[in-house]
Amino acid sequence: MGGGQIVAGCLAPHPPHLVYAESPPQNEPKAEGGWEQLRWGYDRLRASLAEVEHDVVVILSPHWQTYVGTHFLGLPRFEGFSVDPVFPNLFRYTYDLSIDLDLAEGIHAEAMSAGLDAHMMRNPDFRVDYGTITTAHLTDPSWSKPLVVISSNRSRHYYSVEVMQEMMAELGRATRKAIEASGKRAVVLASNSLSHRHFTTEPEVPEDMSHEHITSHAMHLWDMRIIDHMINGRSKQLLDEMPEFTDQAIAETDGGALTWLLHALDLPDYNATLHGYGTVIGTGNAIVEWPAWRHREDSA
Amino acid sequence: MTVVASFLVPVHPHPLLAPEANEGYGRLRAAFEEAAARIEASGADLIIVYSTTWPSIIGHQIQADPNPVWNLVDHDFHDLGTMHYDFQIDAEFAHAWRDAAEQRGLTARTVNYHGFPIDVGSVVSLSLLNRNNRIPAAIVSSNVYANRAETTVLAKSCIDAAQAAGKKVAVVAAMSLSNRMFTRRIEPEDDRIHSLKDDEWNSKILQFLGDGRLEDVGQLSRTIHNQIRVQKVVAFKPMWFLSAMNDHRNDLTGEVLAYEALHGAGGAVVHLDPASNGKGDKEYDEEDVEVFGGDRNVLDTESDHAEDGTTAPQAPASSPGSGPALWDPVEGEDAVNTDTAPKPVGAYPHARRVGDMLYLSGVGPRQPGTNAIPGGPIHDEAGQPLDYDIKAQTQAVVTNVERVLKEAGGSLEDVVDVTSFLVDMDRDFAGYNEVWAETLGKVGPTRTTLAIRALPTPIAVEMKVVAHLPK
Repeated sequence: MGGGQIVAGCLAPHPPHLVYAESPPQNEPKAEGGWEQLRWGYDRLRASLAEVEHDVVVILSPHWQTYVGTHFLGLPRFEGFSVDPVFPNLFRYTYDLSIDLDLAEGIHAEAMSAGLDAHMMRNPDFRVDYGTITTAHLTDPSWSKPLVVISSNRSRHYYSVEVMQEMMAELGRATRKAIEASGKRAVVLASNSLSHRHFTTEPEVPEDMSHEHITSHAMHLWDMRIIDHMINGRSKQLLDEMPEFTDQAIAETDGGALTWLLHALDLPDYNATLHGYGTVIGTGNAIVEWPAWRHREDSA
Repeated sequence: MTVVASFLVPVHPHPLLAPEANEGYGRLRAAFEEAAARIEASGADLIIVYSTTWPSIIGHQIQADPNPVWNLVDHDFHDLGTMHYDFQIDAEFAHAWRDAAEQRGLTARTVNYHGFPIDVGSVVSLSLLNRNNRIPAAIVSSNVYANRAETTVLAKSCIDAAQAAGKKVAVVAAMSLSNRMFTRRIEPEDDRIHSLKDDEWNSKILQFLGDGRLEDVGQLSRTIHNQIRVQKVVAFKPMWFLSAMNDHRNDLTGEVLAYEALHGAGGAVVHLDPASNGKGDKEYDEEDVEVFGGDRNVLDTESDHAEDGTTAPQAPASSPGSGPALWDPVEGEDAVNTDTAPKPVGAYPHARRVGDMLYLSGVGPRQPGTNAIPGGPIHDEAGQPLDYDIKAQTQAVVTNVERVLKEAGGSLEDVVDVTSFLVDMDRDFAGYNEVWAETLGKVGPTRTTLAIRALPTPIAVEMKVVAHLPK
């Protein structure tokens, strides 16, 4: 095979609040809207991805947390009911997703070859994490593409952000190699927010936007700095600053998804597109796309 | 007695799903079964599970689905199989616990949703400790931002609810000791504690627990977390919860039923019996808290300051079950307040100065910080009368009066008039009068002593004092 490519890479955070606010038929709780800045951002991302043909979506979610290696969903189909353990009042979602098993096994094999500990998850009773489901829904509510779902190895907690970055760099390169070998066109999604300090109380009406703002000015400054790196093609500088950002902004980049994404994209030096930024219960969330296919066309 | 037994148990699925894979897993399984038998023998009619594998953000969550049924698969050890659960939850108690928690200033909510993902620690615990599902259970989350004060108040609210319902409670902390696992898959026969350092710390913790020194482990929790815990969001908090459930005691009867490696992490089954080990309790030297006054109102936008620039008194959300809520003393230009006197039970200062005169608010015997009552309270939380020492209470009142006077630059020598209130004149006048004679009686202020029906807290004596301060 060969000739596959990543056509786009996206930072696509997974606040279940956005699904709740949208009130799709799959989600039991219904809302009066809310978090429109981010939902409009996802509208723009969806419109952009609709312009590029792709066969598969690859997601790394911080809410499938594994400590013994990196894991991949390893059956053709998963269906079930996902309830957010932290916000069960907002997210109770019926899902039915298909897996691109060939590509999942391909990335798994490449990861093993790179020296990473990797496992296929083949228990049919496994409940897919709500981060994966939220990001998949928000980027493609019709679930039209098969997925590859990758767990978040918590090496940042075992060792350090630096070790996490080394491991996720290997996983990102393994992901790229496997996609290229597969001959498929893939969209790659890192499902994480930026600054991640929550409010610890919730308004009586969760979607009451008069209560929504960043938890602190320091968090805001960090988020803006990281976004500035992204939209100005400074991937390497972003990765250099990742340890400080992750620690000081309590950022969800601790799950490794953004580092993995940037390495899968081969450290893009072109400008990413910011589709939206907003806060969810105080955490900072950016929807960002690296349009790799357009960059290739422009460079050709 | 509300808490009839306490246990530590590990959270990994191996003792439930693969006890035969490794002798150590088998020994943990046997220890779980021994713990289950002891819970049966304890007469417990409620099992409380505080699980470190159920993190929460919006306060604490309490499971309230009367019959949660689902299949759980572990995120890491999915190859071990599926854990089917079908539990009996005491939903009525869950709601009462939530209400009690809110009364003590906590954010708390119950969850009752079909398909809610009960965490692996709770599933392993309840599956193995309550195998015939005979005893109803309550499960509470571990808040990722909670500190010791919040965790302690959570436990006290649990006891409030249990006492009100007349429950006998077995408490289970689902937790690892050292929680560093091997980061690559190992064969069960190769399992061992990840490092010698982790093993040594685990052994030290188990030595303390075996000696019944639960509160000492609680006070070491932050150190333990830094030394042998992977820095995940949920710290070594269950010891705080467990210690508060056991009245911060250090003289429990402890027994380590098993200690084994679980993919490198330290897993132990420990029984803590409330019977005293006879060695005597140790001093409790961390600040106790009755009501949580932390940062849980960060969404509020109303100003905390009055229009004239003074700080408005902060009213607690509501009163705790054990007495009226405590307030910060009201500040003002002429107010005299001190941390060495007990907090007020309403919006007033400890004293107010007018010229050379100092007028004290009513002073009782409660101790600053702990709110303890020397000589003991006059009744328990259910209102049942208790024996108490009026002389110790009176002496504590005089000491508190002296502390406020000292803050104002005065002393007992400056007291000119006292009005005393006794809730039981017949019983207490003589003892009160004896202490008076040895203290304020030597100064010589005028005095009036009144019998009244009750005081706001379970105390027997209070004094209203007027002093003339030195120039």
